[in-house]
Amino acid sequence: MGKTISEKILSAHAGYAVKANDIAVVDVDLAYVQDGTGPLTVRQFKTMGFTAVPNASRRMIYLDHASPSPRRELSNDHKFLRDFARETGVILSEIGWGISHVVALEKYVNPGDVVVGADSHTCTGGALCAFATGMGSTDIAVAFGLGKTWLRCPETFKMRAEGRLPKGVYSKDLMLHFIGLIGAEGANYKAVEFSGSAIRALTMDARATMSNMAVECGAKVGLIGIDDVSLAWLKLHGRAPKQLPDLEPDRDAVYERVIEIDAEKLKPTLSCPHFVDNTRTIDDVERVRVDQVFLGTSTNGRIEDLRIAADILKGRTVKPGTRLIVTPGSREIYAQAAQEGLLQVFVDAGGVVTGPGCGACVGVHEGILGDGEVCVATQNRNFCGRMGNPNASIYLASPALAAATAIEGRIADPRDHVK
Amino acid sequence: MKLTGKAWKFGDGISTDHIAPGRLFHLRSNLPELAKHVLEDARADFAPNVKPGDFVVGGRNFGQGSSREHAPTIIKMAGVSAVLAKSVARIFYRNAINVGLPVIIMDTDRISEGDQIEVDLAEGVVLNRTQGTTHAIPPLPLTMRKILSDGGLVEHIKKHGGKLGLD
Repeated sequence: MGKTISEKILSAHAGYAVKANDIAVVDVDLAYVQDGTGPLTVRQFKTMGFTAVPNASRRMIYLDHASPSPRRELSNDHKFLRDFARETGVILSEIGWGISHVVALEKYVNPGDVVVGADSHTCTGGALCAFATGMGSTDIAVAFGLGKTWLRCPETFKMRAEGRLPKGVYSKDLMLHFIGLIGAEGANYKAVEFSGSAIRALTMDARATMSNMAVECGAKVGLIGIDDVSLAWLKLHGRAPKQLPDLEPDRDAVYERVIEIDAEKLKPTLSCPHFVDNTRTIDDVERVRVDQVFLGTSTNGRIEDLRIAADILKGRTVKPGTRLIVTPGSREIYAQAAQEGLLQVFVDAGGVVTGPGCGACVGVHEGILGDGEVCVATQNRNFCGRMGNPNASIYLASPALAAATAIEGRIADPRDHVK
Repeated sequence: MKLTGKAWKFGDGISTDHIAPGRLFHLRSNLPELAKHVLEDARADFAPNVKPGDFVVGGRNFGQGSSREHAPTIIKMAGVSAVLAKSVARIFYRNAINVGLPVIIMDTDRISEGDQIEVDLAEGVVLNRTQGTTHAIPPLPLTMRKILSDGGLVEHIKKHGGKLGLD
């Protein structure tokens, strides 16, 4: 019987043939934590009696959630993590260097890797066809100590999107549509393979948006096959693979479900408060007034996202009464955006550009919402309380819709603004 | 061992942002303090009034969202003996096993707020004393049973000489 991508990767890492629903102990290629989950990882690592981190050059600590630290408790967490990195040789990604998942794609993830991270959006690595998944702090402490973890090999859903995305419609809209279609737990415990001509036409930045949000329909991994686009990305980032592992799903691979999407029919799509699967197209959303627009995150804080938004905002101004916050996803993106003049566009329009990191998404700092306020954000979650205030409302959308909204001061249709 | 307590009902889609919100991010290295706010944004009356042994009774997709292990940890620290829900998000489920918090997937519609619940994990039975109903708990896969019976992943690793005892 043929194998899915997950079955191939996990078989290669277990050392024997693994099929869906088998539980296997597998070697971990890459493991990382961030500043919200890392301190507990380090405490658990020590409690379990581990002292050294084997393969430390493939283990990372990212200071991205509270970056720079807004409180002394978090400064002490950062200090604790820096000390651990120094003691063990684990790579430390400092404040302002970027979001774990964004930097991991830029620098570390390789096709066919098993990647585990103490952050649910670790699944972003699926954009480079890595079996990348989020776990808790103690699981990553074990991965740090042993270089191994246990995994249940998931059954796979194949999502096949065919056709060209219309003007003003992006991979974010495609992914929100998909999540709305199958629901927030539609793919719980499953793998999703994204395929079809609409996926192949996406840039790496746009693919990362898809894989990043795989967890929002419950999926363990969101995998995209390797092709010329991903190989060019790897080459650009100095790690063209000498030899690719076999990552093509077999023709007779068994899929639990196949979901077909006609990309041509998609419209700009939003997740309405307070659930990611509460999706509606722009035609069916009330154009409510918006207090804050937030552009950034591991979902849509990449250079292409900033270019799309800047293209719409160039020569325009943010509507009085509305504020715009732009948080680039990494140092590399920040520098590139500065060089291209994109940051200037945001500032000229009346927005604020913060240093790279998770920014306002996590509700820690840099854009906490006030009571009764409404935010349009390019992030992956709009749960009650997500941006630091349970009495606020969050809509999720593409960078283009966010930029259009900043100009109009109310939820806006990006198709009216895309040049 | 029998777990006994009363039911606290929660709706569908309780997220980790309800359980351990980002606005309390700075308390993550101070779990006893964070536990005083557990589930606060879903039900403000829960944390101050929950009694040791009580049950969190959720709907669909309980624990969706973040990988923060602090979420099941503070539910356990609040004295909750188990989470009962119609379905549970993957990472929360794994974390709950790792921290030794039993999670039971069952139809929770027949449980009402305040019902007296009794759970016998060894026997695999949930008894609703108020309603007079029983529910059989399907057995967990062996891997998870091993970790849970060792008292969580930390104790499991210690017991197996610093290794995963799952091969």
